[in-house]
Amino acid sequence: MLKPPLTPTRRSFLMQGFMLGSTLAALKLGDGSAAALPSPAEAGRSRVVIARDAKIRSAGTGFDSATLSRLLDRALQASFDCDTPLEAWKKVVRPGEVVGLKVNCLGGRGNATHPELVEAITERLRQAGITEIVIWDRQNSDLERARFKIAEHGSGVRCFGNDVMGFENELSTFGKAGSLLCRTLTQVCDAVINLPVLKDHGIAGVTLALKSMFGAIHNPNKYHLNAGNPYVADVYAFLPIRQKVRLHICDGLNAQYEGGPSFMPQWMWPFNGLLVSRDPVALDYVGWKIIEKKRAEVGMKSFEELKREPAYISTAADAEHRLGTCDPKRIEQVEI
Amino acid sequence: MKDNSRTILNTLDRRTFLQAASLPCLAAFGGALIGPSLASPLFAAPPPTEDDSQFIREAKFYEKLPYKKTKCKLCPRECVIDDQERGYCGVRENRGGTYHTLVHSRVVTAHIDPIEKKPFFHFMPGAVAFSLATAGCNVNCKMCQNWDISQVRPEQVRASYAPPDKISAAARQYNCPVIAYTYSEPVVFLEYVLDCAAAGRAAGVRSVVVSGGYIQADPLKKLCAQVDAIKIDLKAYSEKYYKEVVNGELKPVLEAILTIHKAGVWNEIVYLVVPTLNDGDAEFQGLARWVKSELGPDVPLHFSRFYPEYLLKNLPPTPIETLERAKAIADAEGLHYVYIGNVPGHPAESTYCPHCRKKVVDRTGYTIAGVYLHHGKCKFCQTVIPGVWT
Repeated sequence: MLKPPLTPTRRSFLMQGFMLGSTLAALKLGDGSAAALPSPAEAGRSRVVIARDAKIRSAGTGFDSATLSRLLDRALQASFDCDTPLEAWKKVVRPGEVVGLKVNCLGGRGNATHPELVEAITERLRQAGITEIVIWDRQNSDLERARFKIAEHGSGVRCFGNDVMGFENELSTFGKAGSLLCRTLTQVCDAVINLPVLKDHGIAGVTLALKSMFGAIHNPNKYHLNAGNPYVADVYAFLPIRQKVRLHICDGLNAQYEGGPSFMPQWMWPFNGLLVSRDPVALDYVGWKIIEKKRAEVGMKSFEELKREPAYISTAADAEHRLGTCDPKRIEQVEI
Repeated sequence: MKDNSRTILNTLDRRTFLQAASLPCLAAFGGALIGPSLASPLFAAPPPTEDDSQFIREAKFYEKLPYKKTKCKLCPRECVIDDQERGYCGVRENRGGTYHTLVHSRVVTAHIDPIEKKPFFHFMPGAVAFSLATAGCNVNCKMCQNWDISQVRPEQVRASYAPPDKISAAARQYNCPVIAYTYSEPVVFLEYVLDCAAAGRAAGVRSVVVSGGYIQADPLKKLCAQVDAIKIDLKAYSEKYYKEVVNGELKPVLEAILTIHKAGVWNEIVYLVVPTLNDGDAEFQGLARWVKSELGPDVPLHFSRFYPEYLLKNLPPTPIETLERAKAIADAEGLHYVYIGNVPGHPAESTYCPHCRKKVVDRTGYTIAGVYLHHGKCKFCQTVIPGVWT
């Protein structure tokens, strides 16, 4: 496994500005059951948890970390029918694994995955016995614009863009897509938790769990034709992606219904929530409908009228891709 | 033929050049190496010491839109780009509502090639061209042989800073009468091409462009005013192929060829024949008829052999019989200069006088065995052979 050589201490990590909260005791954990979980397509029915709490907002523009952690816990427990958050996380990851947190930073400070959410997830992962965590996206500069601090080296929690590790030399191909996958995904991480943002996309309709994996390839600029269909589904169907991404937690603390993927504050609204699912297709379908509903509320045209309906979602569910389901009858939507 | 000799232009001192040129692998390709070879994988993380700002210029062809969006006006795709996003080519980026090229003077490969390798067969035969490329392309051909530079973003491949005056000086230093913009897609580094061509022209060095021709009229006219020849890779004579294999459109490419022709810039056309995808008789005939009716019979047309590459590794190389059939069809339509490419030693690599049928430029591969022209006329019958011969 390739790893940058230096090892920052926990202290240095904290010094770099990424707060991890109170001391985390190492917990003795047994083997998790992550490997035993069926894939979304096999499961037959996909659960999407929508967890919301307006109290997550603290004074000013920040978030209350304790409330946010509790929201995350409730969402995970509801997703996996567990009594404790630790039980749920043990169904996602196993001790000893290197876990990647794929954030989405394109929108910069305004509408990227919130570091506060990443902090809460990191804390729970450590409690679940994960000692190596990698926060990653396209480029270091993207991460920095979204308030993440780069920590390229060492064990513990690292944070860097694809420009640090580079890309594989061999193409991955599926359907119309042919791309080089980033080595962070293929060589560093054993498992990935996908952390997209609930937002509009001016070409592809929405950019949620499926499209966020454009951040794992070298040529996303080639795949926005035809509103991203079938490219978004094709890219997600690359074997290392579909095998390694275990869970999707969509950051809807703030959401954007128009003008994306760039940050457009006039079209943001405080959704105050998270969307959690193991099925990226189901999550995208639910997230898409949330954004459509908001657009209708404010009198905006639907994506269909604008010819940017995210048809790649149904493509991802088709017999060729089998990445999940977008059939409302097979989506169990749980609101907490 | 696949070009394995591409290398990075790092330094242009004579020592480096000679050291590199002595590498045995290069002789087979008739090229000369500039800078060290790429021993490490292209997609290894690039060294962090490069200063990106030296490669960035405001783009010349775009519109500003509300909400910090930009619309690129360089190619027919007309990408509308959000802030911090890039166009389809991957080498142009919107930064705060201003559109930038990221590849000015950002050379990922440069070496010295025979002009026949481009190929130009009616432009200074036997000349060597100082050939260079940046990253990026505005289409995505499934058969691209240089996808490792054309289909990547600038930061994903190692590059060297080579401003236009350095390029023109290097061309003169190595006795190259021509600078060739090639390997990837010069349209996407047009600002750099225009500046290099101007610098070259001031230094007495000509410029030639090897392009897919997917470009809007305004930038193309500016290009035509600065360069001496343009070779267009006409990928097929069907919109279906352009849509499914090229990710582009045929019509704007045909319009570009007409613009080049009207501008009086020397133009040759290459058609890469891909088995089962663009090798039908009707397509060959349609193409030949279009060339003859719109451009005349004297524009050279090269039918080139395909080799499996990139996303079309499942297809075999083009049978030579297919290329000969294509040539026969184009010949029958009345085109005067129809060539077969990527088949070293084939008789159709040479130029024949359309009047007396005698060989006037004798080629084997990239080697010129003899030129039987006098002041642009057939030495045997005095028929004018169109081209730029000196």
